Amino acid sequence: MERIPILRMGSFLLVTIQVDMHDRLALALQDDLMGRIRETRARGVLIDISALDVVDSFIGRMIGNIAAMARVLDADTVVTGMRPAVAITLVELGLSLPGVRTALDVERGMKLLTDGTQPPDQRGRRAR
Amino acid sequence: MPEAAPTRLPDILGRHQQEILDDWLKLQAETFSRRRDLISDEELKQQSASFLQGLRSAAATDLDPRGPAWQGVRDLLGEISTSRVRQGFSPSETATFVFSLKQPLFARLNRELASDTRALAEETWTATRLLDALGLHTTEVYQRGREQVIVRQQQDLLELSTPVVELWEGVLALPLIGTLDSSRTQVVMESLLQQIVDTKAGVAIIDITGVPTVDTLVAQHLLKTVAAARLMGADCIISGIRPQIAQTIVHLGVDLGDVVTKSSLADALTIALNRAGWVVTRTAPGQAAR
Repeated sequence: MERIPILRMGSFLLVTIQVDMHDRLALALQDDLMGRIRETRARGVLIDISALDVVDSFIGRMIGNIAAMARVLDADTVVTGMRPAVAITLVELGLSLPGVRTALDVERGMKLLTDGTQPPDQRGRRAR
Repeated sequence: MPEAAPTRLPDILGRHQQEILDDWLKLQAETFSRRRDLISDEELKQQSASFLQGLRSAAATDLDPRGPAWQGVRDLLGEISTSRVRQGFSPSETATFVFSLKQPLFARLNRELASDTRALAEETWTATRLLDALGLHTTEVYQRGREQVIVRQQQDLLELSTPVVELWEGVLALPLIGTLDSSRTQVVMESLLQQIVDTKAGVAIIDITGVPTVDTLVAQHLLKTVAAARLMGADCIISGIRPQIAQTIVHLGVDLGDVVTKSSLADALTIALNRAGWVVTRTAPGQAAR
């Protein structure tokens, strides 16, 4: 069965989704990722979805779940590179992913993660 | 065809074409004397002649003005109406073009069929029926032309009213003007998100100074836009909230959540520059009152 590779970069994990997400793949990713976070004691996870052009409610919820689970394991999650169409779809589905941090591209996402040790800014929604 | 006897209309029209045309033109000149500025005599004459010609040949084959034989006449009238829409004629003036033919035509019928009252009534009825149908057709086309203009203007307005401007490196502004409805929100959202991708902007300021009223629906649309931008990794600031709107928002119980709001665009820009790490300083001592 195909799997989505999880790359380690220092104390962070990098996941780039380059294929069409289907439900079983998403579930496998969730399992693998949680295993890797524990194994590597990663402090943060970066999920790049810039190649993803279709989402449904299941995938949207999976992203939210992965972030919540990672948080339980004390790792930050940043989702990067979401396309406009995907963002609109998720909002219309009512999945605005509260608590998930987002960035425009991988570079900024990495910066968010490395700065993550600093206290959250005054925006409030970052507070957990 | 309901008509048992073939009509003598095309025959009469054919024999007196020039006279009828002259009378008709004279009548139109009287009716439209104040419209001379919109259409030239030459153009009117040419339109009238070709209509009369078409009427005659169509009436010779078929008396149903919706039938295929009348297609040419209908197309001609369509063209005339469309051009009159552009020239600024009113719908009744456009329809009068056809209706005014009745008087000279009936006068001619009267003279031709004076001996046979039955035939006269019959022909008059046929002519009335045809001309009425054609006159209504011009009105319909006129209306359609107007509607097309309105639809086009609506689309133009939709595109014109949603510009996304780059205020600073990494700072976008979206000055909203006019009422926000679902279709406009969609356009606004799409263009803002696309611009965020194109410019890699981290902050977007949505300025609602030009939005006349904010009700629960508009607020919901705004929050959707903010949420979508956030998902892509850009922060939104809502600015230009007038005092009345602030009151309305609270009275309606709208929860703007943790969206940053500022009363003016300048304040919002300051926040945005701060976040991006810019510092604006003034080198010369300012003259402007502060």
